[in-house]
Amino acid sequence: MVKAEAVHKSFGRLEVLRGIDLEVAPREVMCMIGPSGSGKSTFLRCINHLEKIDAGRLSVDGELVGYRERGDKLHELPDKEVCRKRSEIGMVFQRFNLFPHMTALENVIEAPIRVKKESRAVAAARARKLLDRVGLSEKMNAYPNQLSGGQQQRVAIARALAMEPKLMLFDEPTSALDPELVGEVLDVMRGLAGDGMTMVVVTHEMGFAREVGDSLVFMDGGVIVEEGKPRDVLTNPQQERTRTFLSKVL
Amino acid sequence: MAAVLVLAIIAGIAYTMATAPNLRWEAVGHFLFQRLILQGIVITLELTALAMLIGIVLGAIVAVMRLSPNPVVSSVSWCYIWFFRGTPVLVQIFFWYNLATVLPYVGLGIPFTPIHWQAPTNSLIAPFMAATLGLGLNEAAYMAEIVRAGIISVEHGQTEAAQALGMTRLLVMRRIVLPQAMRVIIPPTGNETISMLKTSSLAFVASVPELFTRSQQIASANYDVIELAIVASIWYLAMTSILTVGQYYLERYFGRGSLRELPPTPLQRFRRMLLTFHAPPPMPPDVAPPGPAVPGSEHR
Ligand SMILES: Nc1ncnc2c1ncn2[C@@H]1O[C@H](COP(=O)(O)OP(=O)(O)OP(=O)(O)O)[C@@H](O)[C@H]1O
Ligand SMILES: [Mg+2]
Repeated sequence: MVKAEAVHKSFGRLEVLRGIDLEVAPREVMCMIGPSGSGKSTFLRCINHLEKIDAGRLSVDGELVGYRERGDKLHELPDKEVCRKRSEIGMVFQRFNLFPHMTALENVIEAPIRVKKESRAVAAARARKLLDRVGLSEKMNAYPNQLSGGQQQRVAIARALAMEPKLMLFDEPTSALDPELVGEVLDVMRGLAGDGMTMVVVTHEMGFAREVGDSLVFMDGGVIVEEGKPRDVLTNPQQERTRTFLSKVL
Repeated sequence: MAAVLVLAIIAGIAYTMATAPNLRWEAVGHFLFQRLILQGIVITLELTALAMLIGIVLGAIVAVMRLSPNPVVSSVSWCYIWFFRGTPVLVQIFFWYNLATVLPYVGLGIPFTPIHWQAPTNSLIAPFMAATLGLGLNEAAYMAEIVRAGIISVEHGQTEAAQALGMTRLLVMRRIVLPQAMRVIIPPTGNETISMLKTSSLAFVASVPELFTRSQQIASANYDVIELAIVASIWYLAMTSILTVGQYYLERYFGRGSLRELPPTPLQRFRRMLLTFHAPPPMPPDVAPPGPAVPGSEHR
């Protein structure tokens, strides 16, 4: 579903991604861990072209992201094409980023109506189902600032799912939450994984990674240091750097 | 003590004005509802509305251009603001009004083709048009800065979330960023509108028969100069007062989602005041927080 080959990304002179190779299979849940500044968010943002990569190849569902290949040259795609591709990839942010001027329901139906050109009735019907699924049927007409952090994040997940994405990206979805609210969001994500959604999850919830993840990637300094089954990486890391990191967070 | 002093001074001024020997208050009353004056009001309102419309629409475009990643686009916008903000609006109106003297004809055509259209400048830029253009183009420069401030006040995460959903740049701007920017844009725009209502009197130099021009025309016939200035002032004051109330409701509307509970309308507040007045003293803590909760004053 996702295939990265030698992906590089720099901000000015700071090289943040220094050759990332990885592959995410359909229905796989890949968790990513790593110290702050190691480039996890940047990599996730490259997957839906919120950041442009400087070198390497990155494709989602067999199509290059943000570029078209003609001969052996890459041409950047126009905004419209990039948007179409992005609409197939859901993303959930650490800080929720719900649209504060819209109710929960309006947040969820906005993109289906505007991007997919669905009718309001169709979009609203699906939105109700999704909000029900994340346990928020009571809160459809609440504005984001009337919701708790956990509730906001669940609306954000429903909003991403409303586009019926092939792939979901989560960037530390529970890091901004009070500990007692983390569980409700992880439960939703667990359900999603159970339904066979392909997911890339940047997280510090080792329990979740171990239980739900099919694979675990440890990133440091812009490269993948170690990769494997979550249980193996967590209990029996092969690399010194992984061991040091895990000893600090576990 | 200070309040008493201030009131005393105000009362003194009012008394002096009211009893001024040569000020004919009955003339003020007489001219207040004269047809010429009322027609002038209509033109003032039209001028204000059109100039603000040009200002807001063009200003929004200039603001979006200003934030464009394309350096050519953003410098064109910068130059526009530089030019129109840097020259007096009076001179701009004057310029448009007298354009015909240097440019008797204006035309549009496609080079190297016979397709060509032209018309005498005077027939295109009538006085009203000159004033509207002058006021509107000038306003756009100020509105552009207001809109730009609004746009950059919206957290970048909003744009990212919208982009991640597959929304195009234009859609993100129209549906996500601008509506949120409104909270920051509306209060100064209200000020601009109120200011425009008064600035429109500069259309005087283009002989547009708006409120002030009309009042001066009447005054030049009958020499009731001060009386007619008072008439004009009363109307300007009345119109700006109405706009102030309108602004309050607009702010309230665009504040939704930013406050947990909408602030009461003046009417609601008045009712609550009456209720608490009748009700026994122990005031429930959730009712009627004293002081106005204007959303505009709560920008983050
Ligand atoms: N837009 C940007 N401009 C310049 N530097 C950036 C930008 N975005 C990220 N960086 C830098 O890139 C590096 C990697 O950032 P990134 O957000 O990917 O780290 P991360 O692994 O997600 O860290 P965290 O766990 O703290 O979220 C950091 O040093 C950061 O300062
Ligand atoms: Mg991060």
